[in-house]
Amino acid sequence: MADVIEITSDTFQGLVLESEKPVIVDFWAPWCGPCRMIAPVIDEIARDREDIVVGKLNVDEAPNIAQQYGIQGIPFIGLFQGGQLVKNAVGAMPRAGIEQALGLS
Amino acid sequence: MGDVNEVLIIGSGPAGLTAAIYAARAGLEPLVIEGYGAGGQLMITTDVENYPGFPDGVEGPDMMQMFRRQAERFGTRFITADVTRVDLSERPFRAWVGDDEHAADAVIVSTGASAKWLGIEGEQRMMGRGVSACATCDGFFFKDKPVVVVGGGDTAMEEALFLTRMCEGVTIVHRRDEFRASAIMARRVLDNPKITVRWNSVVEDVEGDQVVTGVKVRDTVTGDEDIIPAAAMFVAIGHQPNTSLFEGVLDMDDEGYLRTQPDSTYTNVPGVFACGDVQDTVYRQAVTAAGSGCMAAIDAERWLEAQEAGATDHAGASASAD
Repeated sequence: MADVIEITSDTFQGLVLESEKPVIVDFWAPWCGPCRMIAPVIDEIARDREDIVVGKLNVDEAPNIAQQYGIQGIPFIGLFQGGQLVKNAVGAMPRAGIEQALGLS
Repeated sequence: MGDVNEVLIIGSGPAGLTAAIYAARAGLEPLVIEGYGAGGQLMITTDVENYPGFPDGVEGPDMMQMFRRQAERFGTRFITADVTRVDLSERPFRAWVGDDEHAADAVIVSTGASAKWLGIEGEQRMMGRGVSACATCDGFFFKDKPVVVVGGGDTAMEEALFLTRMCEGVTIVHRRDEFRASAIMARRVLDNPKITVRWNSVVEDVEGDQVVTGVKVRDTVTGDEDIIPAAAMFVAIGHQPNTSLFEGVLDMDDEGYLRTQPDSTYTNVPGVFACGDVQDTVYRQAVTAAGSGCMAAIDAERWLEAQEAGATDHAGASASAD
C-alpha cells in the first residue's frame, strides 16, 4: 500500500540511485496522452508491490535526467537497481506488458 | 461471476462513452470495460478543432475526461482493464478480464482502432529511440533537430504541424502524389516553410545504431534511393480496427472492420452492437463515433425492451428512429 512518489532533478540521486529497494521511475509529461493513459497502471503497481519504490518524474521539469538516460520516447518506465537503469518499457501498454518488460512478472 | 449487467460496453473512446451516457440515462446502468487505452485515440490528440461546441478547440484528453464524467454522472460503472476474451455464442453474453467474468444481456463493441506501423525491421529496432507514433509525446526530445513524418492523412498533417513548433525542419514522406488529408490541413502543411514533402516515396529503412540518424527512402517513380537526415521518424499511416477479440464471431470485412447492418449498429449477432471507428471505414471522426455510440445505445435499449416484451425477432435495421 504505497503511493507513487514525486521525483525531481534534486531528489533523483537520493530517491532513485541511492535507494535500497529497486525503483520504478515513470518518466512522463503533462502533454503526453499515453502517459496519462498509463498513470492508473503505475498507481496500481505502486499499491501492489511493497518490495519496489514507484515514482514519477516529469521530463519537462527534469530534461537533464531524461537526457542522461538517452530517453527519446515517453511514457518511459525504467527499473533502477543499485543505481543503474537495468530494464525499461517504452510506450503505453497494459500492466502485464510493463511487468514483463521490467522482469517483474 | 456477479450479476448479469443489462449493457456491457467494451471500449471508451467517444463512441463507447456516448453509448454509456445514453444507456445510463435510460436507466440501464452500463458497465464500461474501458481498457488500458482508456479514452481511445483522442488521448494522443492535441487540439481538437472540429468537435462542435468547442469554438476555441479542446485538448483531446480533456475532452475525453468530460465525456467520462458525463457518463459517470448518470451511473455508468467503469473497469480500467482490457477485455481478454468474449463468448457471444449464448446469452447472457460474457466477457473476461483475465479470470474475472462479466455477463450482460446486450454488448456494445466500441474498441476503436490503433495506429498502424510500417512493419519494417528498423522501425521495431528503433522504437522509443527515435521511432514514434506520437509527436505530441516525443517531439519534445527532438528540439531543433530535423525529423521525418510518414503518411498523408489528417494525422500526418497534425503531427507535422505540431513538430514544426520545436523541430528544425519536418520532411513528410508520402507514397502518393497528393494528400488524403482534409483540404484545410493539407493547405496548412503546404504553406508551412518548415515542412518539405517527398511525394511518391516510401520508407525503406531507418538509419542509426543507438539513435536515429536518418530515414532511407525510395522514390517509387524513379526508383532512386537516398537518406533523409533525421533524428526521429514519426509514423502516421492510418489505423487498423481493434477486432482480434471478435474473430470468427462477428462479421468483419477484409481489413477487420466490423460489419453492421445498414443505418444501424446491429452486428450479425442479435444483442451485440458496434459503433465508432471499429466499424467505420469512411468517416472516422470523433463526432461520427459519438453519433454512432448514441445509435448503439438506442438500438440496444430497444432491443432489450423487445426481448423483455417477449418478442423473438428484433425491430430490424430499417426501423425508423421515432
